[in-house]
Amino acid sequence: MSDLGVSDEVDRERKRPALSSADVAPADLPPPAVAAFIGRSRLRFADAVPWVVIAAAYFMFPKDLNLGTQILVNVLFVLSLDLAVGYAGIVTLGHGAFFGIGAYCAGIIAVRWTGEPLIGVVAAMLLAGAAGLVSGAIILRTRGLTLLMLTFGLLLMLEEAANRAAWLTGGTDGLSGVTIAPLLSVWSWDFLGHTGYVYSAVCALIGFVIVRTIVFSPFGRSLRGIEENVTRMAAIGAPVRLRLIAVYTISAAIAGLAGAVNAQVTQFVGVHVFSFELSGTALIMLILAGPGRLYGAFIGPPIYMIAAQSFSDRDPTYWTLWLGLLLITVVMFGRGGILGIASRIRDRVRVMARTARS
Amino acid sequence: MKPLALETIGLSKSFGALSVIEPLDFQLEEGARHALIGPNGAGKTTFINLVSGRLRPGAGRILLAGVDISGKAQHQRVHLGLCRTFQINSLFNGLSVLENIWLSLSEREGTAWNMIRSAGRYRAMLDEAQTLAASFGLGDVAAEPVRTLSYGQQRLVEIAVALALRPSVLLLDEPAAGVPSGESRLILDALELLPSRIAILLIEHDMDIVHRFARRITVLDRGRILAEGAPDEIAANDDVRRIYFGESGMSVHG
Amino acid sequence: MTVAIGIILNGLASAMILYIIAVGLSVTMGIMRFINLAHGVFAMIGGYLAAYLFQRADLPFALALILASLMVAAISIPLERLLYAPLYRASELEQTLFSIGLIFVAVAGARFFFGPSPLNFTVPESLHGQLYLGARMPTYRVVVIAGGMVIFGCLWLVMETTNFGRKLRAVVENRRMAEAVGIRSERLLVGTFALGSGLAAFGGAFGAEILPIRPTYAFDQLNYVLIVVTVGGMGTLTGPFLAALLLGITDTACKYFLPEFGAFFIFAAMVAILLWRPMGLLGRV
Repeated sequence: MSDLGVSDEVDRERKRPALSSADVAPADLPPPAVAAFIGRSRLRFADAVPWVVIAAAYFMFPKDLNLGTQILVNVLFVLSLDLAVGYAGIVTLGHGAFFGIGAYCAGIIAVRWTGEPLIGVVAAMLLAGAAGLVSGAIILRTRGLTLLMLTFGLLLMLEEAANRAAWLTGGTDGLSGVTIAPLLSVWSWDFLGHTGYVYSAVCALIGFVIVRTIVFSPFGRSLRGIEENVTRMAAIGAPVRLRLIAVYTISAAIAGLAGAVNAQVTQFVGVHVFSFELSGTALIMLILAGPGRLYGAFIGPPIYMIAAQSFSDRDPTYWTLWLGLLLITVVMFGRGGILGIASRIRDRVRVMARTARS
Repeated sequence: MKPLALETIGLSKSFGALSVIEPLDFQLEEGARHALIGPNGAGKTTFINLVSGRLRPGAGRILLAGVDISGKAQHQRVHLGLCRTFQINSLFNGLSVLENIWLSLSEREGTAWNMIRSAGRYRAMLDEAQTLAASFGLGDVAAEPVRTLSYGQQRLVEIAVALALRPSVLLLDEPAAGVPSGESRLILDALELLPSRIAILLIEHDMDIVHRFARRITVLDRGRILAEGAPDEIAANDDVRRIYFGESGMSVHG
Repeated sequence: MTVAIGIILNGLASAMILYIIAVGLSVTMGIMRFINLAHGVFAMIGGYLAAYLFQRADLPFALALILASLMVAAISIPLERLLYAPLYRASELEQTLFSIGLIFVAVAGARFFFGPSPLNFTVPESLHGQLYLGARMPTYRVVVIAGGMVIFGCLWLVMETTNFGRKLRAVVENRRMAEAVGIRSERLLVGTFALGSGLAAFGGAFGAEILPIRPTYAFDQLNYVLIVVTVGGMGTLTGPFLAALLLGITDTACKYFLPEFGAFFIFAAMVAILLWRPMGLLGRV
């Protein structure tokens, strides 16, 4: 082959030598680079672990199911945030906007129209997704601090609007009277949260499947490219802005799902869904666990909640000190969060094992 | 008369009051091996940025195989067959060589919008990426992250990534820039093996490479074409010698 | 009528304070695009320090302000070198969360040293009361407005006429080029950082009566400081000034004419302006 880049598939098929028994095994194995590429998206045994844990928790902690539901909602929300921030590199301070839109949508539908929860979540996802599409199309031509401020500004606007439009949102008192009909007309919503927990777990699973599929698809790979080097992506023909808008829309829809589930299981929507605190806390959860690693969303919320709880137990007045120090330490020394540290350790162990063997 | 792969008509660009590219008429033939040389600051990279769509021109038109692409965005021009490399490596440093090339293929084949199918299932593309890497001598390191490669190897990846897009016109911005002299052979070999059907415009300071590679040379000076012709014509051109070696005959530019 | 004037003057005075606090951040970000949300912490520390110097150490008001600003400027230098400098190459996400972490630490620290309630920082008697300038105006508001304009004028002079200012403008415009000509941008950055922090401290102290100092100060003012910087445009002096004025006027007008909408229009205006001019009104970076 004297020409580079000649990759006519028919040509190659014709030129492939007939296999003899001597070279069946090595010739069949894909080259290491290809194997690594394929292997990355393979479903592993370990992928089932979080779901086993979630299922087990249902039976092991029957009294704490409401807390479990909160964690699951956070997991779903942080998952959506990871898609935007960790995979596409869109740093947003206002992702709670979509959480809140989903929450209010589901709540208002329950109050004014029907208590059927499935209608609520579907509508919430559509509305939040639409909001993501429109806002993304408008603001994603900016970058850096400007983009950050725009996401923040939109959040602030929504917060003010929710506060003032009491006729729709219940204002500062929140939206009450959200009664949800039994799930699939069979399971009613009990006080201890059995139905709520399973419902959130299923929604989290759906959200996770969506995110995982996207992440390992060619689209998801192109997002990695955009995050790694935007100039290069444009130079190989990628319509960068359209890709970002697409992922932002999907991320918004999933955030809306999280908000809707939250509204339905707690049967309440307060203006705090649009607070900076909610959006900021989600970001903190994400960076503690490590963005862009798919499972950060499962580790972040529990770790943060445990840390925040123990900080405020130990030092109720000054607990923000410890939270602040934790953040500073993670950023300065623990790049990539817990999962980042874990993967560095794993690589180190691999190298040691390799040198020990040789 | 051979059809033109690329043509600019009256292309110009100013930054404020500073005119960087004067109205420039440039032709690149099909299958060309054309070098663009000139002193630092002559506007060579700016020219590439204008043609590739990274910069918007002040005035003028750009024609790709006769089609006016002046209004098209960068990524659209790529799909029409116009690709470029960067003077300073612009790769996906954290990704493997294979992944770098694969991303180009994914864009070319239009699979990059697929959100459902697992990327690993596109075996044909993976095989093509591996083959392309191997043809640059990078087959063995295809799994390594690009940032662990030597600079010369990285420059090769830079070319491979552009070549994977099957361009009809390839703009190479100083492919040998920064490559240690021990490795510059790699670059030259790679350039010689580029498919003959591709029209190539090469910016280079390394005169060795220019003389070995180019069948035609354009000399740019302060945004204007100073001279154009076959290599020996240019070598004999007094104006060219003056801007490179100064009045006293001493070498001014590297 | 006096009520209207009072509201307008209050708006303008807060605008001036915001400007003084934000201008340092704007210039520093113009050089080093570091997302520093914790800038308000310097203003807070300035307020606490000045209060201490004025009330406990019995220093004259002006001296207390200046001394506090100098002290904050001084401490900001090791802070910048030790904490900020290593993160200049970090991602936006990391910078954002880092600075939020700093605010958390500062909040806890302030609460520890000064307690959770707002600081009682009353200006000296001589600045109380009202002036008659065509209409009756609260004296201190006028002083603040005048002070803000004087500071703006001084900063403008520094930027346009001094060597420091010229070098600063060059670095903001094109850092690589400036360094190639021999300007030590790193030193310049530290100097600017110190100046900006000192100004923030001054602003915090100067405006303590209008924007009360308390442990959560950095969070309280975060929205507005960021609005002033991004809408005004990073790397300029006049941008934040213009943005602060716009903010003050809009805020006042909304409070007066459309109280039921609250701050909605301010945020909407910010979004609109940023979309129209992503680099801010007068920004160049």
